[in-house]
Amino acid sequence: MSDQDHKIPRTVPIQSATFSNPINAEIRRAAATGIYDIRGGGAKRRVPHFDDLLFLGASVSRYPLEGYRERCDTSVTLGTRFAKNPIKLDIPITIAGMSFGALSAQAKEALGRGASAAGTSTTTGDGGMTPEERGHSSKLVYQYLPSRYGMNPDDLRKADAIEIVVGQGAKPGGGGMLLGQKISDRVAEMRTLPKGIDQRSACRHPDWTGPDDLEIKILELREITGWRVPIYVKVGGTRPYFDTALAVKAGADVVVLDGMQGGTAATQDVFIEHVGLPTLACIRPAVRALQDLGLHREVQLVVSGGIRTGADVAKALALGADAVAIGTAALVALGDNDPKWEDEYQKLGTTTGAYDDWHEGLDPAGITTQDPELAKRLDPVEGGRRLRNYLKVMTLEAQTIARACGHNHLHNLEPEDLCALTMEAAAMAQVPLAGTDWYPGKPGSGY
Amino acid sequence: MSQIDLANTSLRELNATLQAQKGGDNQTAWEILNPRGSHALAVGLDAPIEVTVKGHTGYYCAGMNQQATVHVEGSVGPGVAENMMSGSVIVEGDASQYAGATGHGGLLVIKGNASSRCGISMKGIDIVVQGNIGHMSAFMAQAGNLVVCGDAGDALGDSLYEARLFVRGSVKSLGADCIEKEMRPEHLDLLSDLLTRAGVDAKPEDFRRYGSARKLYNFDIDNAY
Repeated sequence: MSDQDHKIPRTVPIQSATFSNPINAEIRRAAATGIYDIRGGGAKRRVPHFDDLLFLGASVSRYPLEGYRERCDTSVTLGTRFAKNPIKLDIPITIAGMSFGALSAQAKEALGRGASAAGTSTTTGDGGMTPEERGHSSKLVYQYLPSRYGMNPDDLRKADAIEIVVGQGAKPGGGGMLLGQKISDRVAEMRTLPKGIDQRSACRHPDWTGPDDLEIKILELREITGWRVPIYVKVGGTRPYFDTALAVKAGADVVVLDGMQGGTAATQDVFIEHVGLPTLACIRPAVRALQDLGLHREVQLVVSGGIRTGADVAKALALGADAVAIGTAALVALGDNDPKWEDEYQKLGTTTGAYDDWHEGLDPAGITTQDPELAKRLDPVEGGRRLRNYLKVMTLEAQTIARACGHNHLHNLEPEDLCALTMEAAAMAQVPLAGTDWYPGKPGSGY
Repeated sequence: MSQIDLANTSLRELNATLQAQKGGDNQTAWEILNPRGSHALAVGLDAPIEVTVKGHTGYYCAGMNQQATVHVEGSVGPGVAENMMSGSVIVEGDASQYAGATGHGGLLVIKGNASSRCGISMKGIDIVVQGNIGHMSAFMAQAGNLVVCGDAGDALGDSLYEARLFVRGSVKSLGADCIEKEMRPEHLDLLSDLLTRAGVDAKPEDFRRYGSARKLYNFDIDNAY
């Protein structure tokens, strides 16, 4: 090679944005195996989220409340529309539905303990209600799912609320699968299926289709439970305006809206990443549906999918939600993806923070497993304490923000307290782009 | 015999009255007049009482029944005896879709025909249909027995688990993973008992048995459509 050759500038290697390394790796994996990837963990792609919103805080036109000293209420009552016994929660953060089967009995107990200590509710999941869960949950929401695994009227009457699950944010329109390695004797018995086989959870209910049928199904459940407990309808975030309106029309007391970051359901990666709406995009259309029906705050809206901090809670409430639900964050609080298990994550071919094969039952943290030895790693008392602490911190954070905006109740937060950092977030949240009084689609703006 | 007339009694009052009955009460026989296609009639019962409905009902009649015997002197809408746990439900007429859906126990007898998805996702219930059943019946049926004295429609027993299906007439088509199986002596005994309990005069030997090939029990991508 001559000296001249060394002086010629060379093109540096450029990675394709379209055919990125992760995309190419997935192509190679698909080519080698012939099967799609299944995982939990919710959408991992970057989507507009609560991080793209900021609170404005008090100013000359608004005065704040004194931090720590002046009262800022956090309570919420769910199910005030028709139920004789609405659920009164101390905080507007609930625990989302996750099944015994997907989670260990210890994890379910820990969720119940933590939620109860924090004055909030927890939720069953596909697979029925366990005595441990009922016993450790002062307020328990019983999910009514398409599979009806473990469904029975005795447990139905023990519930503090019933949640009819139409869809989940991680997989709106999709069913589920609990792999055979997680089907222990107890899980098999509760679901009336042989041990060790993969258990399919149907994608739609077996005995009703459409909102007119749903109205009659809700009537039946109310008649069986004496109209005592609230009935929630949970939908994955896809058409939030119409789904909310139709759930209300069908007689729901509470609408639970789960965005695509909702993470505790395992399904195909392509489903998780490409179906559904970001949580941020769901809230305003749902609130508008309730407002158009004159039922905002009378039918409560619970939002879930990617709630992590008190700021997320405050932002969801400011956009019009009455409460939020957490799933993935609660598991992390219990110890999921903790760095102390890094060696074991490495053996599973992953790393701390990226472990999402919860469906395989090999969870080093002992949470998403039915392996007795792994499950022993989670102390339900300690797990409950950690969850209570986490819920407390989230609540304190939300209160801090609400006081700074001059509100004496978290529900007094409003869209006017917010601005957006990006055009996309401004359009979805319908709050002004920071430093302007405009957002895309604002009535009268000409855009 | 106590009568409740839905012409002048609300559904809530009716169900609350029936749900309040306990085993051992003197009043064990109830008659419901003028059902007029009402939905959610006699749901959530949990006592060994006998309820006779004098007419047709809407959706979910006798839903989640426990212990009670509900006799419908008419036809029923979708989801009769859905998620029944125990007791029995007898329908003199026809049944719409999803009869006995997800039922865990008890006996459902339909003296007429049943529409599509009869016994969908059944989990231990016994269903005896004296007439025909519609398409996709016993879809994802997990446990229990479905006896059909007439014909079965398309895709019988699709994605079947451990439920047993007995059909006397023709089967238009079998669903995925559902196959005909040998009728062994224990099945004849079982069928004979079911027919007797349902009050059906039929020979067990005239039926054929269908069950799961169990090839879908563990997910295999090559089985996906």
